[in-house]
Formats: sequence, structure tokens, C-alpha cells
Amino acid sequence: MSNAAATVTAEPQFHPSAKAGADTKAPVRIAVKDLNFYYGQFHGLKNINLNFHDRQVTALIGPSGCGKSTLLRTFNRIYSLYPEQRAEGQILLDGVNILDPKVDLNDLRARVGMVFQKPTPFPMSIYDNVAFGIRLYEKLGKSELDERVESSLRKAALWEEVKDKLKQSGMGLSGGQQQRLCIARTVAQRPEVILFDEPTSALDPISTGRIEELIEQLRDEFTIAIVTHNMQQAARISQFTAFMYLGELIEFSQTEKMFMNPTERRTQDYITGRFG
Amino acid sequence: MPALTETIALGQTRMAAARKGPSRNMDALFRGCAYGAALLVLTVLVGIIGSIVYGGLPAFREFGLGFLTSSAWNVGTEQYGALVAVIGTVTSALLALVIGVPISLGIAIYLTQLCPGWARKPVAMTIELLAAVPSIIYGMWGLFIFAPLFARFIEIPVSNVVEGLPIVGTVLYARIPSGVGVLTAGIILAIMIVPFVASVARDMLDQIPTILRESAYGVGCTTWEVTRFVLIRHASVSIIGAIMLGLGRALGETMAVTFVVGNANRLSASIFDPGSTIASRIANEFNEADGMQLNALMALGCILFVITFIVLIVARILTSRVRVG
Repeated sequence: MSNAAATVTAEPQFHPSAKAGADTKAPVRIAVKDLNFYYGQFHGLKNINLNFHDRQVTALIGPSGCGKSTLLRTFNRIYSLYPEQRAEGQILLDGVNILDPKVDLNDLRARVGMVFQKPTPFPMSIYDNVAFGIRLYEKLGKSELDERVESSLRKAALWEEVKDKLKQSGMGLSGGQQQRLCIARTVAQRPEVILFDEPTSALDPISTGRIEELIEQLRDEFTIAIVTHNMQQAARISQFTAFMYLGELIEFSQTEKMFMNPTERRTQDYITGRFG
Repeated sequence: MPALTETIALGQTRMAAARKGPSRNMDALFRGCAYGAALLVLTVLVGIIGSIVYGGLPAFREFGLGFLTSSAWNVGTEQYGALVAVIGTVTSALLALVIGVPISLGIAIYLTQLCPGWARKPVAMTIELLAAVPSIIYGMWGLFIFAPLFARFIEIPVSNVVEGLPIVGTVLYARIPSGVGVLTAGIILAIMIVPFVASVARDMLDQIPTILRESAYGVGCTTWEVTRFVLIRHASVSIIGAIMLGLGRALGETMAVTFVVGNANRLSASIFDPGSTIASRIANEFNEADGMQLNALMALGCILFVITFIVLIVARILTSRVRVG
């Protein structure tokens, strides 16, 4: 990994202050309290305490295996597909503990959308890909559904490219377009929170740039958590950053502060590329 | 760097020397063998088709297109027609698909999506063992054990219920509830194709990337919705392939069917009634056949070939259409 701190200071367009600053007074949307996570015997997350603010982008960074994806995957409880994985503690989404076994998982996942490392279009048309999630939860008339699909595709900056081929398969799009289709699919469900798990790791730099712009725009409406391996990306698009290492949360602060003036020695070492 | 140049030059001489060895001839021989192996398959196939067509030709010439539409099969008067056997073949194979495919998909979905880790191996093994049972065993079991039970617990009660009703009163009515018939053959065939279709479908579902499955759950799908709308569709091409594989097997299966189909040359609208299939007809009569009867059996063989060929073509068309959509 390149020397991120140097890049941040050397190239003004990567400077965190170039984008919207962190709103530290924004209400807390997700509150993680004493979260521990286990893969079988392995203790994957250790006593995590962390807040995600409303309509802010929070980046989770750290070396591979530090638990950042694991943490992200607790917010929609996607980990519960695997019986050997379990979480202890509390994750409050608007004050309600989503780790409670009584929580309806399907409902939770409609409120907390997720975009994955690789584009995952479903084997159906572009239109149906976006309409799919809506149809699961709402009975809309055709014109209403059409409108919702169009606005979702617009929000995902894909409408202009696909408006003439909505009936074609979503699998035929380019990688970057597929990823934006997945974002449109997520947005269409009108979630409160969107989780991005290294959304650009399979994309070329131009597609990556478009997705980053998109995340900036989505921040107006959604609370966003993004896992990224790319520290410049975290610096570019997030208001808050959490640095994790070996299953622990080492430091959490406003992105600007984290990259300019980290408190912890290990954070400093990581973002300057001394390990990781 | 003179030393390096020398080494390279030396290396080249050595390589050139090696090239002059027997490897050229060996390579030609190797290529010849590979060509030969490929050609041999083709020759055998063409030979088989050719000889069967040649053997069936007298029957086609004698009866013309009437061979396909006639339901006669009379050794005494030398009148032969393929209709009963063709209908029996197609009906029993389709019944096998109707019964076997949903079960196979259910098994594949259970094994890949729902089954706890420790149970996967034993269940999969059991199903694969089904494929290892010789067809004669299925035939014997079908005739001596399954058919009487089927007559007693299904044919008789169902016939009593549907008697006199339109359509079902004909299709599901057994005049002589013997337990053998086209439906019994279909059920036995279904048991025989399940392991094939299930294991191919399971492999296909297994190959679906985890991330696609997770993202389907991620939009809030239930297991049913994930399976129905994302997984099955994603694997649809290969699943159609698996079904066609099963159909091909069901069409040609001989021994088990011969035991339970009833071997009657009678056209009946009821799937409880005995019938016969092309393969069972040939198996029953080949021993004593000569003259026109033998030619007629050969002609039946040609028709089976054509039917299987059509299945293959339909499979191709279906799979290509699915891929585009």
C-alpha cells in the first residue's frame, strides 16, 4: 500500500477538507455497545464501542483480517447465514437492539442495505433487478413502480446509460455499471443505512471514481458505512473513520483528524504505510 | 558479456540437437493417435446409425408413414406400427420428469442451502448410491414389491373416486388394477433419474458465488425467495441441461421399464393401463424376431434415435435462449 499520509498532504484533491466536513452533532443512527463476535472459537471482534452518525459516511479501515468487514456484516446480521458465527453485545439501530433474536431479519435487511465487494446483479433484467427488492415489501402500481425504478437508477447515476435497455439482462452491463445497478437496487428499497463492503475493489479507477462521487451524493439521504482497503478512498469520501486492528477498535474520530493528526501510534503507523 | 553470449549459443545448439532426435516422429505419432481416437468414435456412431437405418428400411418401405401412425403390432399377420410404443416411451419419460425433477431440485436445494454441515455427506452419499443400483434391481423391485402395493393403495382407491368423472375419470382409471402400467414405469424411471438430475443440479447450485447468495439475503429475501428468484434462475441453463440428461436416460431405459410397463400393445388414455415403450418392445421380442418383425424392431430403434436426437436439439435451443435472456 502506498504512503497514504504523504499522498493526502501532497495532492490537494485528496485532502479531506475538500469535501463536506464532519457533522459531529448529527444524531446517532447506529450505536455499537460492547460488541464481541466469534467465528466458532475464534474471537473476531473484541469489545467494540462505536457510533455511526445520521447522514454521514463512516469509513472502517485497517489491515486484512482486522475485523472491519466482520463489523459491517453484523449491522444487517448477514453473518447469521452461518450457524458457527455469533455476536454478543448490543447494536442499537434507532435505539432498538438488532441482535435481539426477535428482530425480523428480512425487515432489518430492507432497512439496512448492503453493497458487496463484487457486483452482484441478479439473473434478471435491469428493471427487474431494481424492482425486485421493492416488490418484496411493497405493492406498487405499475406507474409508481416505474417511477421508483427510474429515480433509483438516477440516484445511482445509471439512468442515462440504461434507460433504453431496461428489459435487457443486468448481467450484460460492465463491472462499474453492474455495481451502480446494485446500488440502485439497494437505494430502491429506501433503506436507512447503506453498508458498502469494499465496493470498488473489483473496479477500474474510472468506475471507482464514479462510485465514490455517488457515495458522496447518497450521504444526503442515507447513513453510510464503508469498509475500504484504500486509505485515500477513506480520506476522500468519509466524514468519520474507524481504525481497527486485530479485532479491536484502535481509534475513531473525524476523518480529517484521523489522517492529519492521529492520537494512536498504531494508527499513525498504518496510515503512513509502516505496516498493513 | 562474452560468457553469457556463449552460454546462450551453447544452449541453442543443444536445443537444436535435441530437436533432431525422435521427438518429431513421436509428435506425429501422438497426433495421429489422437485423431484416430476421435475418428473411431465418429466411425462407430455412423456405423451404428447406418446399420440400424439399413435394418429398419424394409419396414419403412413396407408401411411408409403409416408405420408411425399405426397402432398395430401383429406378428401373425405381419402388420407393424410404432404408435403405441412411441406414445408409451414419451409418456413414461415425461411422467418421470414431472415426478422426478421437483424431487431432484428439492434434494439439490436442501443439500446446498439448508442441510446442516454434518448431514451433507451422508445424504449426498445415499443419493449417489441410488445411481449405483442396477436397473434390473429396480425392475424386480418394481414388479414384485412396488406394483402390488401401488395397485392396492393407489390404483384401486383412485379409480373408485374418479370413476365416471370427465377427463380424470379416463386418465386415472384402471380397468384392471394390476399395478403395472405406464405410470408405474414413470415412477420407477423417476427414482432412477433423481440421482443424476439431483447431483448435477447440486453441483450447479454449489458453484453459485457465495456473494450472490448473500446479496440476495441482503435485500431481505427469505430462503424461498433467494432460491426461487436468484439461485435457480442463475443456474437455470445448467439445470435444464440436467433435466435433459434425465430425459435422455428415461427415454432409453430398458430393463426396469420392461418389468413394470405391462408390455401391452394397446392404446389407452389411462396412465394406469399397461402399455409398452420402444425399448421394452425391442427387449421383449428381439430374441425370436426375424424377417419383417426384425425389420420393424430396427425401425423402432431408428425412431428412438430420432426422439433422443430431438431431445438434444430442444435442449440446445432452450439453453441458448435462456443464456440470452
